[in-house]
Amino acid sequence: MGILHESIQSLHKKLIKREMTSTDIVKATFDRIHEVDDRIQAFLTLNEEKAYQEAAKWDQKYASKENLGLLAGLPIGIKDNIITKNLRTTCASKILYNFDPIYNATVMEKLNTAGMITVGKINMDEFAMGSSNENSAFKPVHNPWNLDYVPGGSSGGSAAAVAAGEVLYALGSDTGGSIRQPASYCGVVGLKPTYGRISRFGLVAFASSLDQIGPITKTVEDNAYLLEVLAGVDPMDCTSANLPVPKYFESLNKGVKGLRIAVPKEYLGEGVLPEVRESILEALKIYEKMGAIWEEVSLPHSKYALSTYYLLSSSEASANLSRFDGVRYGYRSKDSDNLMEMYKNTRAEGFGDEVKRRIMLGTFALSSGYYDAYYKKAQKVRTLIKQDFEKVFEQFDVIIGPTAPTPAFQIGENTSDPMTMYANDILTIPVSLAGVPAISIPCGFMNHLPLGLQIIGKHFDEAMVYRVAYAFEQATDYHKAQPKL
Amino acid sequence: MKYETVIGLEVHVELKTHSKIFSSSPIAFGAPPNTQTSVIDLGYPGVLPVLNKKALEYGIRGAMALNCEIATYTKFDRKNYFYPDNPKAYQISQFDQPIGEHGYIDIEVNGETKRIGITRVHLEEDAGKLNHFSDGYSGCDYNRQGTALIEIVSEPDLRSPEEAYAYLEKLRAIIQYTGISDVKMEEGSLRCDANISIRPLGQKEFGTKTELKNLNSFTFVQKGLEYEQARQIKLVESGQKIKQETLRYDDAQKKTIVMRVKEGSDDYRYFPEPDLVDFYVSDEMKEEIRSHIPELPDARQKRYTVEFGLPVYDAKVLTSTREMADFFEAVVAQGADAKLASNWLMSDVSAYLNASQKEITEIAMTPKALAELIQMVVGGSISSKIAKEVFKDMIESGKNPADIVKEKGLVQISDEGMLLDLIHELLDANQKIVDGYKGGNEKALGFFVGQIMKATKGQANPQLVNQLLKQEIQKR
Repeated sequence: MGILHESIQSLHKKLIKREMTSTDIVKATFDRIHEVDDRIQAFLTLNEEKAYQEAAKWDQKYASKENLGLLAGLPIGIKDNIITKNLRTTCASKILYNFDPIYNATVMEKLNTAGMITVGKINMDEFAMGSSNENSAFKPVHNPWNLDYVPGGSSGGSAAAVAAGEVLYALGSDTGGSIRQPASYCGVVGLKPTYGRISRFGLVAFASSLDQIGPITKTVEDNAYLLEVLAGVDPMDCTSANLPVPKYFESLNKGVKGLRIAVPKEYLGEGVLPEVRESILEALKIYEKMGAIWEEVSLPHSKYALSTYYLLSSSEASANLSRFDGVRYGYRSKDSDNLMEMYKNTRAEGFGDEVKRRIMLGTFALSSGYYDAYYKKAQKVRTLIKQDFEKVFEQFDVIIGPTAPTPAFQIGENTSDPMTMYANDILTIPVSLAGVPAISIPCGFMNHLPLGLQIIGKHFDEAMVYRVAYAFEQATDYHKAQPKL
Repeated sequence: MKYETVIGLEVHVELKTHSKIFSSSPIAFGAPPNTQTSVIDLGYPGVLPVLNKKALEYGIRGAMALNCEIATYTKFDRKNYFYPDNPKAYQISQFDQPIGEHGYIDIEVNGETKRIGITRVHLEEDAGKLNHFSDGYSGCDYNRQGTALIEIVSEPDLRSPEEAYAYLEKLRAIIQYTGISDVKMEEGSLRCDANISIRPLGQKEFGTKTELKNLNSFTFVQKGLEYEQARQIKLVESGQKIKQETLRYDDAQKKTIVMRVKEGSDDYRYFPEPDLVDFYVSDEMKEEIRSHIPELPDARQKRYTVEFGLPVYDAKVLTSTREMADFFEAVVAQGADAKLASNWLMSDVSAYLNASQKEITEIAMTPKALAELIQMVVGGSISSKIAKEVFKDMIESGKNPADIVKEKGLVQISDEGMLLDLIHELLDANQKIVDGYKGGNEKALGFFVGQIMKATKGQANPQLVNQLLKQEIQKR
């Protein structure tokens, strides 16, 4: 248990000094998983045998005093929509219940090269569609702070696993808030990088123009180390940006003195709980004390973000999920008499309700006669939302607000009403549509449930996001709180 | 009533890139199923397309050769439909910003030139193939999936099946010259769908069209359209309506057969492909691509009539493929007479290529060798007949014609003394026939020439034999 709350830096030092072995860390990880995961239900597949083999390999290298990278021999958990070679990847969907990939996502290649050990595949909302993890086809994830509550979604398993100390670090993916909202609900640090910062090759697509992989950790510092390994251009993804990857760690300590913080009034207005609003105002006071300046601004098109997002993401999803047809891999319905029946039965039986709802919504929005009114108009509104952010960033270094309008809600509380469920993402979705980076860090509690502070940066300015996040983290103790399990 | 036929063609051309349009998988015709594939071609979860630069360049080169305006900004779209040969259930194609638009090609029909508009040329990926087995199962072969294609859509400017045929011939020749495709219909690197309707002459509105698919050759395109044209006129004349249908042409039955009835247009739910970026085609890039377009068949044909004084027919045949035209020019460059070179290429060489199913680039004979052979006939060292024999050897073996003549002892006998000895001997033994000839039977001379040629194994100079025979018979 002790091991799992140390930083990357300190673990690496101990590994080098041989005060600890990679095998110790991997063992501590699995011990904790076996201890608590029947309550959290964060893991779908464990990679125990291979993880120990890997650990032994890294221990040998440490023993022979090889010059190893910071992450060598450290364990990580992977959201189950990231393709892992020879390790089952289901997207928490029945339609991929038996899918064992024959290739690795680019991020997996990068993590492997860096020496990270995959301990298992992590539960999520089916195909990353959801805000509560109740849409997993296999089992819901429980919030470590209160097992009756959801961990958020869709990377709820990743956030819960890190919060529960089951794994030090995890990868999630964020399309409309799927890293930040669960990070907020579980009291951990989750970054959605700029669209194009991390290769999407091997991330099972939900909405291609929005999806981004990102790290979920206990601290900002660890998060920055992971991004540095994950980021960078990839010849396999032409939407990845050909920009240098900064040494994020080096700028963490620069402080916030003189920085200009924008606080959108839309992020503290209607629908946001007073306690949540209060936690943000408290955070702003801390920033003020540290020498930053904050001002209220407006992101006037935010109110259209939710509908824009659901039109665009569902449209893209309707095409992206068409490949799951039972022909080449995954689930195939038995006993169909002809091709069309095989398609229909496979997809009717293989997909869950939320996935079907979005496929139908997207198919409708793209249909001839509706395309202009829905998809095309949504694209135009997306441009306006992007411009809102650009305008603010002309005068400010970061935008700050809550990550979610509420803390975690109870399991089953919102399942009957998709619209209330969708509203959980009103503060994260505009950021996704704009493509800018944003982090969620712990900033308080309400009814013993964590709250998250969202820090939004300019395109490819993750360094600034981390710097502002780090300053708050150093000034507060929220990140040190542990759920009692 | 008189009717006018309206035809528009959609032609798919496979680009000869080394790898696929959105993956690095190799392309090979006729490889064992699913050996030319990757996770990208198979549409595995998580994969992304990356555009093959060569495919974009080849596509633009093709569009340029077809006189299209080239887009400065071009993008790809998803065309959604379910079918097992389409692994992603969407085809990456181009919807509203194709690489080329507003092009044309000129065709000749009955000696007249007609300009046929080309609506658009766009890039897209090919689908896989299904194999249906006798046990009721079907297999998917994704080797072809992701092969780069351009689709060339003509305006409805064609007015007869003959024009459609001429358009396809010209289109194939132009594309073949640009080097971007093999344009072989039998290998599927050129495929054609045809839309046809009829309307009373003078009417502006189009009639209801039918679509012909799975046309395996240019001849079938023409035959299918001829059948369909007649069928539609018959229907209309008998007061019936034409249904919007997709048909295929069955040559065995010599008729078109309904594949499916179309009600309205299909909804492919096109939308911009979010996995690919938009592409900017700079002026520099356009010029670079343009520099790879060679002299095209029309220009070359014209040059042959002017520069070499060839008949239009010869010029047309010789320029039908770039390789044939190149070969012809190489023969002429070696000093051969252009018309004689043309004769050899259009008769003996073409006959050989047809019989052996070879391309001119695959034969052993060099242009230099053919030029030498032509020179040997002109110079009188061998007869035309011997030349044909030498040619047969030469085109297979690639040997130098002089060597073949030497090896086989085929040099023409022009030695008068030797020929006269043979002639005297022959005439002496056939006095009756000599008399017959003198009495007016001119055929007898042919008999004598034949005998001399036989005696010399065909090597005697026929003109000389002719002349000497006449002279000697007169003396008798």
